[in-house]
Amino acid sequence: MTQINRLQGGQINRDRPLKFMFDGKFYQGFEGDTLASALLANNVRLMGRSFKYHRPRGPLTAGSEEPNAIVELRGGARREPNTRATTAELYDGLVAHSQNRWPSLAFDAMAINDRFSNFLTAGFYYKTFMWPKAFWEKLYEPIIRRAAGLGALSGREDPDVYDKGFRHCDLLIIGAGPAGLMAALTAGRAGADVILADEDFRMGGRLNAETFEISGQSGADWAASAVAELSSLPNVRLMPRTTIIGAFDHGIYGAVERISDHLHMPDADKPRQILWRITTRQTILCAGATERPIAFDNNDRPGVMLASALRTYANRFAATPAKRIAIFTNNDDGHRTARDLQACGVQIAAVVDTRPDAALSTDYQVLRGAQVIDTKGRLGLTFAEVKLADGSERTLECGALGVSGGWNPNVHLTCHQRGRPAWQDDIAAFVPGGILPMGMRVAGAATGALSTHQALVTGKEAARKALGLKGRAPKVADAEDMPVNMTPFWYVKGTTRGWLDQQNDVTVKDVKLSHQEGFRSVEHLKRYTTLGMATDQGKTSNMGGLAIMAELAGKSIPETGTTIFRPPYTPVPIGTFGGRMRGTEFHPTRLTPSHNWAKEQGAVFVEVGNWLRAQWFPRPGETHWRQSVDREVRQTRASVGVCDCTTLGKIDVQGTDAARFLNFVYANGMAKLPVGKTRYGLMLREDGIVMDDGTAARLEEDHFVVTTTTANAGKVYQHMEFVRQCLMPDADVQLISTTEAWAQYAVAGPNSRKLLEKIVDADHDISNDAFPFMACANITVCGGLRARLFRISFSGELAFEIAVPSRYGDSLMRKLMQQGEEFGVTPYGTEALGVMRIEKGHAAGNELNGTTTALNLGLGRMVSTAKDTIGAALSRRPGLNEADALKLVGLKPLDPETKITAGGHLMRADGPVDAAHDQGYVTSAAFSPAMNSMIGLALLKQGDERLGETLRLVSPLTDLTISVEVVSAHFVDPKGERLRA
Amino acid sequence: MRIECPICGSRERREFYYQGADGMIARPDPDAGGEVWHAYLHLRDNPAGETRDLWYHEGGCGAWIVVTRNTVTHEVLGTRLASDAREAAS
Repeated sequence: MTQINRLQGGQINRDRPLKFMFDGKFYQGFEGDTLASALLANNVRLMGRSFKYHRPRGPLTAGSEEPNAIVELRGGARREPNTRATTAELYDGLVAHSQNRWPSLAFDAMAINDRFSNFLTAGFYYKTFMWPKAFWEKLYEPIIRRAAGLGALSGREDPDVYDKGFRHCDLLIIGAGPAGLMAALTAGRAGADVILADEDFRMGGRLNAETFEISGQSGADWAASAVAELSSLPNVRLMPRTTIIGAFDHGIYGAVERISDHLHMPDADKPRQILWRITTRQTILCAGATERPIAFDNNDRPGVMLASALRTYANRFAATPAKRIAIFTNNDDGHRTARDLQACGVQIAAVVDTRPDAALSTDYQVLRGAQVIDTKGRLGLTFAEVKLADGSERTLECGALGVSGGWNPNVHLTCHQRGRPAWQDDIAAFVPGGILPMGMRVAGAATGALSTHQALVTGKEAARKALGLKGRAPKVADAEDMPVNMTPFWYVKGTTRGWLDQQNDVTVKDVKLSHQEGFRSVEHLKRYTTLGMATDQGKTSNMGGLAIMAELAGKSIPETGTTIFRPPYTPVPIGTFGGRMRGTEFHPTRLTPSHNWAKEQGAVFVEVGNWLRAQWFPRPGETHWRQSVDREVRQTRASVGVCDCTTLGKIDVQGTDAARFLNFVYANGMAKLPVGKTRYGLMLREDGIVMDDGTAARLEEDHFVVTTTTANAGKVYQHMEFVRQCLMPDADVQLISTTEAWAQYAVAGPNSRKLLEKIVDADHDISNDAFPFMACANITVCGGLRARLFRISFSGELAFEIAVPSRYGDSLMRKLMQQGEEFGVTPYGTEALGVMRIEKGHAAGNELNGTTTALNLGLGRMVSTAKDTIGAALSRRPGLNEADALKLVGLKPLDPETKITAGGHLMRADGPVDAAHDQGYVTSAAFSPAMNSMIGLALLKQGDERLGETLRLVSPLTDLTISVEVVSAHFVDPKGERLRA
Repeated sequence: MRIECPICGSRERREFYYQGADGMIARPDPDAGGEVWHAYLHLRDNPAGETRDLWYHEGGCGAWIVVTRNTVTHEVLGTRLASDAREAAS
């Protein structure tokens, strides 16, 4: 448990040692470490294998841009693949595994791929796995999938909870480096409602990683005191461990807050992560800059890192990958790394500077005009080969090599909408350009102004502008203001196996090949080579690829252009996007007032819309659902049954123009419906297709209650509001959905009146004379409880629907069952309901399928020609009124034992079975207890003229061919005598 | 995305249902003829720039709203109740 590469100082808490395990071996780190810093402190540089060639890899960076140090965290159901060790906060008991290696990280059998790298270049899959075509799915793809890729999911359900939330503020500041902290201090002190978000667990950004001072304080101390002041301001919300993943329209930002990722497991009442939607008036992007590497042969060995990352590990984490380090740079910032490392006691092998005029140093050797041309070391760097200015070569012994190719401002969020980055020559990098997202300003290194002084100044100014602050601005604290001094240098000439994209194993050679084969636009380059397509989205690699492509094409880098930056900024677990919407919480579950009663009866439920409806009620001894359903149907038709129809949509329509309004909405006439009567209503879409059906009951002159099908309740209400507000704005009519306000039950069967007479208060006469078929009334039940009674029938029997306020639904159901005992009352579910409506030939959802017209359903005459209604004009289109239009008919199999399947198609008794000879299709099918046979409803060409014809019902999918007879759809009581009884 | 509901104020777009072009307000005469009805129901412009469409404040007050917005910049340029827009048009 020795940390031989641990240095002095740093922002780690040596009083809190943490034990952790990597690849089965225990190590010790400290609070404040990341997994990567703790491993480096323990002299572990090798952390993974590369995607394609299985090359040994260690961390390249110290942040979220990391392409290499990708590990699997935790175990069991919490296993979390492809996690960046450079951002994983160390906790006691952390368990991590390396990925993409077998049998072990040090000896990986698939590293053989590296030997075949000449074959595995860009476009390899496209060229190699073309033939034979059938081999792709069965052979090539499975092999490739097994060989490539990184970590694997556990395959088990994630035990953690993920949440979503909304936040609002005046000013969102993204990034808590010097610019972000200064902006937050300025805005916070001015009283603005501020959110300051930073992906790191410690706010301060580069200040924590550097040695320079602000007003005589160390940068890290200045940051800590700024954070302390901000924490004390009630109008400032600090969100550490929070990544702003995307900039969306109108000042909305996506943010992922890692609540529990730094814990062994989340606290009992805490989610793992929260996806925030932050709505803000103004935004200041202080995302900083990312250092970029230089490509040279074998620049991917563990130990070759960004120079600034070495500085971060040394200054912030008191860790170093090696005790002797070389630097390869094209700018002055590389020298800063050398000085910082030397100050920490690390030996500097040399600073290799590409610039012939680079400043020399008395503290370390500077090799001017030199380049690193190759490296050695099987599982980690041991030597760097350097070509000196005079052409001679020298070998430097070093355990790490810091590479500094300049800095790229993190422009990503500025480009999530219409922003397109602009080129800035002095830093040879893209800076924010084009049209930024609404309300966004950029400050600090993200603008290309790379000094601390500039960060403080631009942070303050951005906040003042965002808030419109007037008056003299206070002076910012003293800080370094070193100019950027760099000469662009992207790759060492002659390099072939110099890595650009380490995560996707894209080399300089691949980019050259892409150019040679004509894939020269940056978007083509990206797809052909997969440059920048890995989980790091090319944060450290895209610029190098662009620069080489530009050079090959003889264009400038800005002419070559960049690919488009898209959210998310860093990878987000799918679970975070899902939030709580998992399993039964994927959508709301709606229960009717008598749901518990139905549950007590052992009902089997089915989802209809968001509702749970009883499908059937099994009785003891019944082993098949058909037994229960047949019994429910028989019992209802023989005596009385009760069905919960609360879920049907109910819309209250009131106002002096209510009748006129409904007359327009429904295809059939509603204007003359008398008070106390109910009428079937057919609603069309404007294109003449049936939208929905239901009933309209006129309770008073200016008060109707209309019903919709369960599934269309919301849609129909919305449609009616559209008609009211957009087409009839001058009408005096108001709508309100009362679906949830009333519990409603169908009481059906020859004994239904007798049963209801026991419940309806005696002063309401519900005899056939006083309350005939299609009557409706406001009544009272059970001694004064207000209720509504409708004499309507879906089953074809003498039937009523009774509605009571929702909270009485459960009691009413129990009362109906109790009072109905003498009649042998049965509850029935949606299956029995369906059987009875098929027996009656009533159209339902299967027939109202979005393609059928009133004519198809045999309801053509209902569409009034005397008035203008929604859909009437286009229902008269010639195309919908062809002579051979589909008509609703009934079907009976010639052999009553055979099954009819919905979805089967009808063909003539003789002749071909193909689409050209299609005669129609079966919409609904059921076993009819009344007919003692399977029956079906079908839409058949000219069906109304073909009763008695024998057809073939075919279903090629299920290999079914049977003979059926076309019959009337009204199987039971065709004259409707029962329902008028 | 945020939409200014003339009744409720600035709201998250998830509260709204998107219907389509605002032309649906201008319903033709019943005997306007097939071409006119066809155009009303099926023909839509696809402008790069300013457009007007109908939104329904489903998760709010239930108002149908005409939203004027820019399809290129995504700016919402104005909103009004559909009932007012219809009156203004007639």
